[in-house]
Amino acid sequence: MNLKPWIAVLVAGVAGAASAQDSNTLSIDGEPMVTEVAAPAHVENLDTIYSGWRFRSAETQALETDDFDNPAFVFVDQGIDLFDKVDGTENKACSSCHENVEDFAGLRTQLPRVQDGELVTMENLINDCRTERMGAEPWKWSKGPMTAMTALIGLQSRGMPMNVTIDGEAAPFWEQGKELYYTRVGQLDMSCSNCHEDNYGVMIRADHLSQGQINGFPTYRLKNAKLNSIHGRFKGCMKNIRATPFAEGGDEFKALELYLASRGEGLSVETPSVRN
Amino acid sequence: MKYVLGGAFAVAMTASAAFAEEIKPTAVSFVDGTVEQSLTGQAGDPAEGRKVFANRKQGNCLACHTNADLAEESFHGEVGPPMDGVADRWNEAELRGIVTNSKMMFEGTIMPAFYVDKGYERPLEDFAGKSILTAQQVEDVVAYLLTLKEQ
Repeated sequence: MNLKPWIAVLVAGVAGAASAQDSNTLSIDGEPMVTEVAAPAHVENLDTIYSGWRFRSAETQALETDDFDNPAFVFVDQGIDLFDKVDGTENKACSSCHENVEDFAGLRTQLPRVQDGELVTMENLINDCRTERMGAEPWKWSKGPMTAMTALIGLQSRGMPMNVTIDGEAAPFWEQGKELYYTRVGQLDMSCSNCHEDNYGVMIRADHLSQGQINGFPTYRLKNAKLNSIHGRFKGCMKNIRATPFAEGGDEFKALELYLASRGEGLSVETPSVRN
Repeated sequence: MKYVLGGAFAVAMTASAAFAEEIKPTAVSFVDGTVEQSLTGQAGDPAEGRKVFANRKQGNCLACHTNADLAEESFHGEVGPPMDGVADRWNEAELRGIVTNSKMMFEGTIMPAFYVDKGYERPLEDFAGKSILTAQQVEDVVAYLLTLKEQ
């Protein structure tokens, strides 16, 4: 109509720039983490990508710098026990085949990936082992045993850069994830990008909006005092905007996970991270 | 004379009935993003509007806008412009348009439409077919916003 809308938009833009991510650096038990890096070429609308750690309060940040202080390690310990626990008809534990959990170093950086034409996440790989090799029941996607195991296995890649494959067989899944990222849903009619690309760094009520990076998952949230899966977090976001969430472990969330992992290319794996 | 009075009475009745009828979300008429006509035909209540503005289950406007008039509420968001002096910058029809459906004025805005009950994808069941605010709540918020003057 007249100039007013553009003034309002400008003011919002300036307000956003004023309170962005902080300039703190993260080392965990002395090992430096990359929490800021130039955005990869396939992330067209960002110049720099930042770990969610950079948007948290000093108190929350401190909890992640030392594994002794990190509350997620209670669950990592549970994962260690589960790794050796025999379960199912074949009388096997994870450790019956995978002698050292350290051998999983690097796996977190590459997931999700395409195997036999399907996009698979770490949860899929774990449950495939359980059902096909152990003869055990699959674990529920976001429940305690699964998040304990994804934390333990993800931890083996801590400090390594996120690096999922997005071309070749992965391309159609990546495109689907990108489409979902930019699609508005729910009664509040918002897309992921509205908050996490256009408005990261500003406060939405009491929460400091991050870029929604997933390099630290599963993440221990002070809010619910447990490990939270990637898909569980997607679900929470969708409910916040009054949208019916997609299913955990479903094609939509797996595709979105691949796309988001690619938006974090170069950030260190921080698993298991601490957030509020 | 009797006939004339009866006619006037009938006109008055019709007018008040028309005014008392809410404008449905799909029937709101926009001109350049503004909405001239009250959605309810009744004046909004600024005191109620102030409550709707702050209430997390209603307007939850503080999620995105700072507002010095609500200093007693903690955590004001910064996604949208501050509300201080908003009535100096916008008139009633503009504010009604922005609260009703700001996308009619600001293309691509993140701001939700508060009086739209269809057209959005995958709403949670409890909210399907409903607008975020009622017509009266929109009018109350508009009346409240009109009190936020600095000049």
